[in-house]
Amino acid sequence: MLEIKDLEVSYGMIKALKGISFRVDEGEVIALIGANGAGKTTALHTITGLLPAESGSIRFDGVELTKVPAHKIVAMGMAHVPEGRRVFANLSVLQNLRMGAYTRSDRDEISRNLEMVFSRFPRLKERQNQLSGTLSGGEQQMLAMGRALMSSPKIILMDEPSMGLSPILVNEIFDIIEKVKADGTTVLLVEQNAKKALSISDRGYVLETGRIVLEGKASELLNNEQIRKAYLGE
Amino acid sequence: MLNFLTYFVNGISLGSIYAIIALGYTMVYGIAKMLNFAHGDVIMIGSYIIYTSMVTWGLDPLLSIVIAAAGCTVLGIVTEKVAYKPLRGAASSLAVLITAIGVSYLLQNLALLIFTANPKSFSSVVSWDGISLAGGELKIQGVTIITIITSLIVLLALQTFIKKTKQGQAMVAVSEDKGAAALMGINVNKTISLTFAIGSGLAAIAGALLCSAYPNLTPYTGAMPGIKAFVAAVLGGIGSIPGAMIGGLLLGIIESLSKRYISTQLSDAIVFSILIIVLLVRPTGLLGKKVQEKV
Repeated sequence: MLEIKDLEVSYGMIKALKGISFRVDEGEVIALIGANGAGKTTALHTITGLLPAESGSIRFDGVELTKVPAHKIVAMGMAHVPEGRRVFANLSVLQNLRMGAYTRSDRDEISRNLEMVFSRFPRLKERQNQLSGTLSGGEQQMLAMGRALMSSPKIILMDEPSMGLSPILVNEIFDIIEKVKADGTTVLLVEQNAKKALSISDRGYVLETGRIVLEGKASELLNNEQIRKAYLGE
Repeated sequence: MLNFLTYFVNGISLGSIYAIIALGYTMVYGIAKMLNFAHGDVIMIGSYIIYTSMVTWGLDPLLSIVIAAAGCTVLGIVTEKVAYKPLRGAASSLAVLITAIGVSYLLQNLALLIFTANPKSFSSVVSWDGISLAGGELKIQGVTIITIITSLIVLLALQTFIKKTKQGQAMVAVSEDKGAAALMGINVNKTISLTFAIGSGLAAIAGALLCSAYPNLTPYTGAMPGIKAFVAAVLGGIGSIPGAMIGGLLLGIIESLSKRYISTQLSDAIVFSILIIVLLVRPTGLLGKKVQEKV
């Protein structure tokens, strides 16, 4: 469904991605793990067009994405939950969710989608008229995920959804990701919390300073000696 | 007392014009994060278009305003595309600021070339004489009343547009976070263009009202009201639409009253001193929000 080949990205003189390749098949949850500064966020930003690719290819359902502008990606069925939530603080919860459906025009489908998001995140329904800047960090994360789901995506890219959240909320967020998967949405998950991420993923890739150094089934990666030492703190 | 009222009402009217100009400043700042110092000169261009249309072609005042609004809208979109867009992202914000000052001089000199420096006597777009109250003691001019009503309509229309339409919501989203807005499928460049279009269209309306109240049109007509509207926008809290409105009104009233009770020469100095004091006490302006981030 999503295939990245030899992707290179630079910030000025600094090469952030030195030719990475990976693929995400339909229905999978793929974990992209690695330390701070490994290039995980850069990879996601390049896929959804927020950063230009220097070379290499990104193919989504057979379409080359490297030349597609960022605002055209979501209508193709790819949603991105950015790092740090980035909800629109001056818009209400409901308005934020409607922003997620910006490119859609079928009102009935949108309101059905909204009901689905509300049933998945009851807290958002309670607070729908509240300005999203006043939500707690966990609620903002749920809003960012709900907003992405409002585009009814085929694949959803999530960047550090558990960052800065309490352990209970982290569990809640990972439960939701599993439910999103159960609904048939493909997930590309970027996480520093490698253990959690791998435990709900089908396969995983390990990124280190702009290169993929390891890949395999999530269960194998979880048992890999090298990974246990470097990322699972064992 | 009647004297005070006359100056007070005139102040509201002048303030309403500042407010309409300030809306353009504040919207463009909110979305493109740039100060468009050429905004005042768009008012001047709009006024010349109205003058040409009314005096040279003999067209109806209302139709002339529509033509000017259309002309300024195009001017706004084109300057943004040609002068500001290429600098977005890559260059420092200083480069955009200097470019805006350059565009300002370009427009002034263009007007100088086409219309010469001789002042044109602008005939009011409002033909109504106005009302007289208290047995003729208190006269309020038609243009004063129309100006106040127009600015209220503009403010309400703008607020409704931003709160109720998809494009309006997209503007709020872009002003907050361009990247996240793009991820929603919002065309950021188009939204910025639209903002310039609306701001410039409003400038044409402001030009019509300004030159109807002060009928002396030169290529420098827009410069001072432009600066004062910028002060109004900062006073109210730059980026805030109600702030621009309140800032504009306050500025107009203070200017008008200080002209009457303190000194005509000092009125501008007083206006700018108030800006300095407000900024010392509330750096974000009266309605400006502090940027808060939750982690």
